[in-house]
Amino acid sequence: MARRPPGRREQIIKMMLYPLDWLEERSGLVGAVRYFLFRKVPGDISWGHTLGSASLTAFIVQAVTGVILAMYYKPDPNSAYESIRHITDDLTLGWLVRGMHKWGASVFIILMFLHMGRVFLYGAYKYPRELNWIIGVLILVLGMMEGFFGYLLPWDETAYWATVVGVNLQATGPFVGPFLGDILRGGSEIGPDTLARFYSLHMLVLPGAIAGLIILHLYLVIRLGVTSPPWSPTAAGKVQPGPPPPPRAGLVEPRPRGARLR
Amino acid sequence: MDPQRGDENPHTPAPTLWPVGFAVGIACIFVGLIVGPIVVVVGAVLTALFGLLWVRDISAPHRAGAAEPEPVPTAPPIPAHRGEAAMPEPGEGELIRFPRSKFLEFSTLGLGGVIGGIVTLPILGFTILPPFIKQGHPEIDVGPLDDFPENKFVITTFLLNPKDGEVSRRTAYIRNNGLLNGVPSFTALSNRCAHLGCPVQVNGLPLDDQKKTENGVDLIPTAAAAGFGCPCHGGQYDSEGNRTAGPPVRALDRYEFRIKNGRLLLGKTYSVSEVDGSGADAKIHSYPLAGPGQHVDGIEAVLYPIQPPR
Repeated sequence: MARRPPGRREQIIKMMLYPLDWLEERSGLVGAVRYFLFRKVPGDISWGHTLGSASLTAFIVQAVTGVILAMYYKPDPNSAYESIRHITDDLTLGWLVRGMHKWGASVFIILMFLHMGRVFLYGAYKYPRELNWIIGVLILVLGMMEGFFGYLLPWDETAYWATVVGVNLQATGPFVGPFLGDILRGGSEIGPDTLARFYSLHMLVLPGAIAGLIILHLYLVIRLGVTSPPWSPTAAGKVQPGPPPPPRAGLVEPRPRGARLR
Repeated sequence: MDPQRGDENPHTPAPTLWPVGFAVGIACIFVGLIVGPIVVVVGAVLTALFGLLWVRDISAPHRAGAAEPEPVPTAPPIPAHRGEAAMPEPGEGELIRFPRSKFLEFSTLGLGGVIGGIVTLPILGFTILPPFIKQGHPEIDVGPLDDFPENKFVITTFLLNPKDGEVSRRTAYIRNNGLLNGVPSFTALSNRCAHLGCPVQVNGLPLDDQKKTENGVDLIPTAAAAGFGCPCHGGQYDSEGNRTAGPPVRALDRYEFRIKNGRLLLGKTYSVSEVDGSGADAKIHSYPLAGPGQHVDGIEAVLYPIQPPR
């Protein structure tokens, strides 16, 4: 059977989609993104379920503003304070980006706690999602370490003495405490190495670890799906009255455009 | 057969030489930017010409409409349990052989482990060891004995490690106790609070107008000081450094000192649980330097059995 020559419109659409097809054929990434964005979620989820994405957004804001601040910040005891002052007072919009990073740090932690509270109250940490709870707790701990190490960087009196107290607090831990304190300080006394060490931990080690854990966290969210609220009539484990529900009950069914709700 | 992604036929365009001409054209343009505008024009013409030919070549199959894919001869795959064995079973009386796959597995893991260890160990050492090696500070010359009036604390600030700069500035409260058996006696208290390391302050009036500065050492005499207080969490100490109130777990640390050529030198710091008596006759219960908040005596001291090298 002879092929009908494609119409002009079809040809144009094909041309426009060609880059996507090219990418999909070589990587499968287009399908992966579609799978991620159009996966099925329970029909009775609420705004509370967006707190995880909100935390992720806060982390991305921290990462982006942090990278830009790192272009101007100098982790050296003699110039750190001056470089922060330069960012805040001299550079165009520097005060804004620094403010986003400073206040966004609190937003990130608060959102993580709210997200944690939602997961706890909905019982979403239960089987089979225990591992994801554990990963989330690790992200929270690393996020708070980010706060601890980042607090020294402005290198003013508050930052310095808060860090002195914070490190000494760690050093009062039994047995290994004194050694932990020396590792954090980079020696028995706070010195030039301490600031650089905190900077490296704050901007390289911890963000990398958090990003890795976030990827694992999201992988498990996609793999295990989103939980229904406990009061949902279609939540897993609920006794369904009447005939057994269809196998995909509780999931939003895709329906053609314009179709009515059944 | 498993479904496969994409087509059976890869979309590779037929090989073509036009990109070579295209690249020559681009190079011509760049050369022309230096040599002269005519070369730029030639380069642009070459680029456009060969680019057009190249695009014509790659887009040819699309313009003609996709050709019918040639039928690919298919045959059922051979299941793993049929066909010839990759490694025949050992015969009767034959030694059990060590399969090559096992050998490769072990050698990959073993070699990988060795290489990983060789790379990791120095990095790990560099990460952990520097904070514990070559610690401590040189002796600090805080000036002639005459700068320390008897029975008055002098606020003495100095650089602990001059090569580290201002970040290593520390403070000691030094009191001249007069002579004990013909030898000068000093009380040299560290200002590091024994709670969590904040800077304790003199509970008394610093006489700023009598400030002396010499070699980066600042000396500020004080009027009679009634002990010390910490601004952070309210720890209080008497004028011997004994804790009198608040959260500190022991007395203030002290500096070792010695006198050389009529000048006072501060040495290592040591920790003190408590001081009996006062002034030159004080009996100091001293211990190796411990961090703030760490007990040096009593039952809680078992929590801190080993201190890192100082």
